[in-house]
Formats: sequence, C-alpha cells, structure tokens
Amino acid sequence: MNQVPDIFRILPEVVLTLTGVVIMLIDASLPTSWPRRPLGWVAAIGSTAAIWTSLWQLSLPQGTGFYSTVETSAFTVFFHVLICGIVLVVLLLSLDTLPAQSHHQGEFYALIVFGAVGMCLMTSAVELLLVFIALEISSISTYILTGYRKQTAKGPEAAIKYFLLGSFATAFFLYGIALVFGATGTTQIYALAHLIPTAQNQGFVLAALALMLVGVLFKVSAAPFHVWTPDVYEGAPLPVVALLSTAPKAAAFALLLRVVYEIFPNLHTLWTPLLWIVAILSMTVGNFAALRQKNVKRMLAYSSIAHAGYLIAAFAGVGANGIAAASFYTVAYAAMNAGVFAVIALVAGYDEQLSVIEDFRGLLYRSPLSGSLLILFLISLVGIPFTGGFFGKFYAFSTAMDGGAIALVIIGLLNSGLAAAYYLRFALASVQRPAENNQPAAPKPAFGAAVIAALFLAAAATLVLGIAPGATLGAAQSAAHTLQAPPVETTQPAIPLQSHQ
Amino acid sequence: MTAINYSILALILLAPLAGALAVSLAPDRAKLPNWIALATTLVTFLLTLHLPAHFAAGQSGFQFEVNQPWIENPAIFYHVGIDGLSLWLVVLVGLLAPIGVVASWNAIESRRKVFYSLFLVQQTAMFGVFVSLDLILYYAFWELSLLPMAVLIAMYGRKNGPRAALKFFLFTFIPSAPLLVAILWLYTQTRTFNFVELQSQIAVLPAGALFWVALAFLFAFAVKVPVFPLHGWLADTYNEAPVALAMVVAGKLGLYSMLRFHIGLFPVQARQIAPLLIALAVIGILYGACLALVQRDFWRLLAYAALSHLSLIVLGIYGFTFTGWTGAIYQILSHGIIDGALFLLLGAIELRYGSSQIPDYGGLASKLPRAATYFVLATLGMIGLPLLSGFVGEFLIFSSTFTEVSRGWAIAAAVGVILGAAYMLWLVQRLFHGPESALVATKPPVDLYRGELAALTPLLLLMLFMGVSPALWLNQIQSGVHLDAQPKPAVNSPAIPQPRIVFVSPDNAPAPIQSPREVQR
Repeated sequence: MNQVPDIFRILPEVVLTLTGVVIMLIDASLPTSWPRRPLGWVAAIGSTAAIWTSLWQLSLPQGTGFYSTVETSAFTVFFHVLICGIVLVVLLLSLDTLPAQSHHQGEFYALIVFGAVGMCLMTSAVELLLVFIALEISSISTYILTGYRKQTAKGPEAAIKYFLLGSFATAFFLYGIALVFGATGTTQIYALAHLIPTAQNQGFVLAALALMLVGVLFKVSAAPFHVWTPDVYEGAPLPVVALLSTAPKAAAFALLLRVVYEIFPNLHTLWTPLLWIVAILSMTVGNFAALRQKNVKRMLAYSSIAHAGYLIAAFAGVGANGIAAASFYTVAYAAMNAGVFAVIALVAGYDEQLSVIEDFRGLLYRSPLSGSLLILFLISLVGIPFTGGFFGKFYAFSTAMDGGAIALVIIGLLNSGLAAAYYLRFALASVQRPAENNQPAAPKPAFGAAVIAALFLAAAATLVLGIAPGATLGAAQSAAHTLQAPPVETTQPAIPLQSHQ
Repeated sequence: MTAINYSILALILLAPLAGALAVSLAPDRAKLPNWIALATTLVTFLLTLHLPAHFAAGQSGFQFEVNQPWIENPAIFYHVGIDGLSLWLVVLVGLLAPIGVVASWNAIESRRKVFYSLFLVQQTAMFGVFVSLDLILYYAFWELSLLPMAVLIAMYGRKNGPRAALKFFLFTFIPSAPLLVAILWLYTQTRTFNFVELQSQIAVLPAGALFWVALAFLFAFAVKVPVFPLHGWLADTYNEAPVALAMVVAGKLGLYSMLRFHIGLFPVQARQIAPLLIALAVIGILYGACLALVQRDFWRLLAYAALSHLSLIVLGIYGFTFTGWTGAIYQILSHGIIDGALFLLLGAIELRYGSSQIPDYGGLASKLPRAATYFVLATLGMIGLPLLSGFVGEFLIFSSTFTEVSRGWAIAAAVGVILGAAYMLWLVQRLFHGPESALVATKPPVDLYRGELAALTPLLLLMLFMGVSPALWLNQIQSGVHLDAQPKPAVNSPAIPQPRIVFVSPDNAPAPIQSPREVQR
C-alpha cells in the first residue's frame, strides 16, 4: 500500500537537519577570526529548500511512513511551509541585526535550524513519543537561543526560567502520553483515536487529556499557563523573540489541533468548554495586562497571550471550519507578529537602546519606512480590515459563532476593541513629533538587504492575507479536511500500524 | 456607456487610492504632494458627477450595481451600488475632498506626503461606506475610515493630539465589536452578507434575538453620529483634527448608516426604539445648543453646534415619515456643506492669529472684510434662514415631526433652533464686531486669498442653490426613500410634505414594511 519511500515523508526535516549539521561543521572548522555571517545565508538557503520540499510533498499521496510515525498531508505541508517561512524571515532578520562580533554566531543559526526541525516534526509526527521528541528538540533549541545574550543579566535569567517551566510543562505532556498508553496500549495517534472511546479505564483517558492540554497550552502561552511569556520575551534577543512568539506556537497549535481533533474527538463535550474558558482567560488576562505595560517587548508578550486566546476561540467552531480558522489565524498572526518584532529589532538594535513605548516617539519622522511598517503590523494586530489580522479574527470568531459560542464571540470582540488601545498608543507614539530634548539618543536604523527582504515578506504576507485571503484559506481548509478525515469512521489508518508490527 | 456604468463605482473607490500611492512615491518637493492630491480629488469629483448624470430617478432598487465574489467561504462579495440615499452623499464627499486639499494648502507644512496620502485613503474609505452593499465590505470600510483620521489627529493635533486620536478611535472601534458580532450572527442565520437578500430574510428570524442585533447596529451608529449621551469624542476630535479631515468626516457616516442599515434592515425593531431616539435627539439638540452657548473655544463651539444639528437629523430619521427622511438626507448634505464652510473659515482665522479662543478676538470685520462676509453667509445658512439650504431640511424635519410624530417634541426641538441662532450670531458678534482685540490689532491683517476663496465660493453658492431649488435634489433622494406601497414615488412638489405617510401607529406597521423590500428585490 505504501509505495512512497519513507525518507520522502520527512524530506524537509532531513534538509533542515543537514543544513544545521553543515553549519555546525563549518563553524567548527573555520578560524575564529573569520566572520560567521555567511553561515546565516546557508541557513536561509536551507530553510528555503525546506519550504520547496514541503510543497513538493503535496504531490505525494497522503499517508504515513517509518512504521506509521510520521505523516504527510495537506495539514503537515501547511504548517511546514508556515514554520519554515517564519524561520526564513527570522534568519534574514538576524543576518542584519546580530552584531558582527557576537560570539557563537554559527551556533545561533544552527540552533534556529535545529529548532525548526523539531517544530516541523511536531506537526507531522503521528506517534506521541515522536511528538514528544520533536517537542524537546524544538524546546531545547529555543531555551539556548533565549539565553543567547549571556552578557546581560536578563538573558540567562530568561533562559533558566523558560527552561525550568518548559521542562515542567513537557513533563506534563509526557505523563499524559504514559497514561494514554496505560489506557490503550498504544501511542500511535490513529490507533488511539479508535481505542480511546472503548478504553477500559476512562479515568486514565481524562487525566491524559488534561495533562496533554497543560503541556500544549503552556507552549502556546495561553492563560493560565502564560506567566513565563513576558519575562522570556524581555530577556531574549529580538530576532529570537520574533521566532519564539510565532514558530513554536504555530507548531504547538498544530499539535493542539491533533490532540483534540484526532486523539480525543469523542471527548469534545469535555474539552470544548475547557478551551472556551482558556480562550476567555487568555484574551482578558493578556489584554488587561498589556494595557499597563510601558516596555514594548512585555506589551507584545501579553498581546501574544491575548492572540492565543482569539485563536483558541476558533476551536469552538464545528469540525473542519474550526480547524481551518485556527490554521488561518496562525498564519496571519505569524506574519504580523514576526513583522512587528522585525521592525522593533531593526529600530531598537541588538542591545535594545529603545525599550519603552516613549522611545519610539517620532519614529515615522526618523525613518518613514520602518515607521509605516510598524503601523501596518500594529493595525493588523488590532484587526483593521484589509490586513491579515482582520480576516484571522473574522474567521476565528465567525466559526465560533457558527459553533454557537455567542458569549465567547462577544467577549472576544470586546477584548479586541480594548486591545486597540495599547496597539494604537504604540502606533500613535511613532507618528508624534519627536521631543526636542532627547533627540540625539535614537540612531537612524540601517537597512540591509536581508532585513529588507524579511520585512518585505512579512508585510506582503500581512497585506495579501488581508486583501486576498482566499488561497491561504483554501489551503487551510484542505489541511483541515486531511486532519479531520481519518479518525472519523474509516479503519484504514490503523492497518499500516498493525502490518508493520 | 454600460461599461462605464459598471465600473464607475470601482473607479471612484480606486482613484483616491491610486492618488495616495502616487503621493507616497513622489518626492516631497515644492508642493508636489499638494498638486497630486488636488488633481486626484478633482478627477474623483468628476467621476462622482457621473452618478447623478446617469442616475435614473424614480427607479427603485440599486443602480450602478456590481456584485462579484471576493471570498468564497464565508461568502463575501464585492457588492456595491447606490440609490437615492447614497447618491448625493457620494457626490458630497467627492466635492468636499478637493476643497479639503485647498484648505490644507498652507495649513499643512510638514509631512505633506503622509498627510495627503492618508487623506486620500480616508476618502476611499468614506466612498466605500456609502456604496457597499455587502455587510463585511461595509464593515471593512467603516473600520478603515477610522485609521487615517486617528493617525492624522495624532500627527497634527493642536495640543493633545495622540490622546484625542485614541479617544476618537476607541469610541468608534469598541462599539463596532458588537456590530461585527451582530453581522456574524445574521450570517449564521441566513448564510448571506448581502444587504438586499438580508432585507428579504430578516422578517423570519427570531424577534427576541433581532432586538439585540438591531441594538448592536444602532449602538455603533449612534456613537459615530453622535447621539446625545455618546458624544464624548466629538469635541476633542473637532478641536484637534486637521480642518480638512474634520469637514470631510463630520456626521455623515453614522447618519447614513442609520438610514441604510438600521432602519433599512430592521424596520420593526427600529420603530420600537424610535421613541427613545426621538427623546435623545431632542435632548441632544437642546444640550448641544446650550453647551455651544457657553464655549470659549470656537472649535468646541462648532462641535456642540454639530451635536445639536446632527441630533435634529436623527429626529428626522426616527420620526419614520417620508418627509422626515427626505428632510434628514437633505439636511445631511446641507450640514456637510455649511459645516465645511465654517470649518474652512475658522481654520483660516486660526491660521492667521494662532488662537481658537473666542475672547482673543474682536473687530475682525474691518480687518478681514471678505472673511466676515463669507462667515456671516455661512452662519445664516447654519441657522436655517429661508432660501439657504439649511432651511429646506429643517423645515421638512420640523413639519413632519410636528404633524406626524409629536407636537411636544417638535416644539422642544424648535427651541434648540432658536438657541442655535443665538450662539451662532453671538459668535459672529464676538469674532467680527466690537472693539479690536489686542491679538487682532497686533497681527497684520491678511484677508482670504485666492485659494481659500476658490474653496469657499462653491460651497456657499451650493448652499444658496440648494436653498432656492431643492426640487433638483429631492427627486433623486426620494427615489431611495419611498416607504409606501405605491411603486411610483410621487414627488411632484417635493418641498410640500406628502400627505399619505405610512407609519402613524405601530399597529399597521408590518404591512407597509413589506413593500420596499419587494420592490427592491
């Protein structure tokens, strides 16, 4: 039945791994005095190749490989392209914003690429143990990247905080896997979907669901598992924050979709209200906390918590529409959030001379291009029409409305109205005339070719998603169908599992 | 010609955007952005004139209609079209735009590229609101219209720009959240965002839920107008906004939306809530007039005067009479023109003397005779002198309110009009007459120059013209407002109130409401 060579099923991951290994090897063999910047271009080429190979995977028949542990489908391709796209933007951004003399630059690029391997694998693995390994690969890379600025006090603090809390959360996830294995005797996702409704010990199943949700919700920084977010964002270098706030979240949302729609679809009466509560909490906590922030990174950290809430609201939608809306939102959010951090990274510089909103005053006068891009990304975060953020919210809330969650929609949209206050305060600070007294402090940002490419990609994605969302939505819908199709009634997916065993 | 008719609305929407792009790409050299903006707005104005020239009066339903799919799922269409209600509003926005550019010619000295490109984007958003017949498209333009305004208030605000900008933005943005919820709810019930289809399907939806949905629509629009207790943003916005934007934006969007999307979609619910709105409108008329009497800053005075006048239009709208609606639309146009002229004049005065405090002025008439003449003319229009455009709308609204709604409210509202005359004439007296103030005496007198005259003269001529021969406009307006069962809107003597107005008591409400929908289908 399975004619496709197994290696094709993980081709993007293989490409990324090879890229990372090559970077590490070159980095180790080059004399220390040589610049490491070209390695960033190697990584960028590698992630572009990974995007191409993922798209090529669309021509493969949908199916699994390596003893039913990884899958290729429209769903995995969707998230692979998204994650590799984010990684590409982050790499381009890092190329121009990392100082040339910073230490271990080769490792920095290699870690980003290795992190991407983990994230990609998280979306394509259909075996919980592999999912866990992928989760760890991506987490460990990001822990290290968070502490990249060793010379500052906040960098290592953030890394340790992230590491401790993150390990704790992944342990929850692992414990969930153990329980589900105890209840059913398997960790293969499709097999689980069949065995869970008839499992002897439903108590184990419920506990497993709860523990796995904790692990994943931590990764997407949804309330009440969000406390790490602002500190980590504040300590990490800006390009890493651009990555952290988007790519691992995209992967974790893909995992969340798999967990709730593929493993536990029969318990949806249980997890739907749970996710509603998480959604409402995340939006409200995120927005109210963000209102009070003066530090830009902390404000955007809380805003990302709120966005996780909007996204989870889409889970209230019924079936494929909810999945499609959530997937679409992930893309829109990734484009605008990576964009906004890219602008801040460019303007504030590696050592973050500008850290509070007031520092951005007059940005539009200093640098019209970065000022207008900042405004574009911020209004997309607000959800103004003709930007990606609008359709993201629109789809999320319209599917939630279809699912009958009117209260959730009202709270969500009121929240997004409230959120406009702090985004706009930031945007309007940049159009205000600069104050005369502290003029010389802020340098004019220097645009390199790479950072312009990064900004262009993010801005183009934000606008395209806002004006012509049809193509992306179509991709999200076909992804949703592949995710939803197998476990419903066909017994097909279970067969390869048994035959291989 | 059919090809032009088909694409005219798209051209009107795209022309300012193209201009905005051109402004942002062109170098900021020697008034080049100004000239590009002026050319764009003039071309756009000419394009809008195509609409009344080829508008078939007396024909019901939407004209120049285009309905193309934009997004498949959910089914969002690029659906635009105009009727008698929106026709002249589109032309008015088209007319005010070049005048706004001329008004900003010398007032805006820095960041001209940003100013003019955002000004043009604002224009597209305004056109979009008036022509959209798909609720999501409409909502998109409605939201888009906030942004250039907010940014420009923040950039060019007189004292406290960013604060006023944030206030303006949030006041409209937060109520639009329930509006979006309501639109989404309608979609889940009917699977369409199409205004015309929704009109025909709305009656079968559950009444209890419709009440809240209609309320959500009304709330968003009432803030935008603003209706009495929701006017918190108005004074700050008038005070801080650049003149050109304030005159283009003031009032129209909310009132139009009330007529089209509140009364048009939810006639039954709108009638239920009409008594409340009539009361709020009358309170708004009196409250705005009283506050205008005691302002020391002429922008704030103009803001509260606008609250008073816009409330009068709300009174006309929620009287649910044919005459009242006709008058309301006429008054929206007239108020747009007169308010625009007053904005220009006060902006010109502030530019010369650098103050908006009324007590700083006095005896301007001898220094700036042309400005004084124009100002008095505009004032007379504002207070509704017969033969000027302000009279026609006010008369229609008052006569319908008095004869068919409630004498008490009509009399109370009329008191507001008397107060209106008082504060406007007192303003003229304090600014232009009396002894010369220190400020006026020290600065060199510079009367209105050619650009300003070129901007003001058409407005005042139009004000006179609309006052003398209202029939020209009323014909086409009324083809959009017909309420009664007869398919042919009888408009032989438009200024005279029509005797057979439909809605007197709620008992016979459902029957006549059916008809306009059927006609439009």
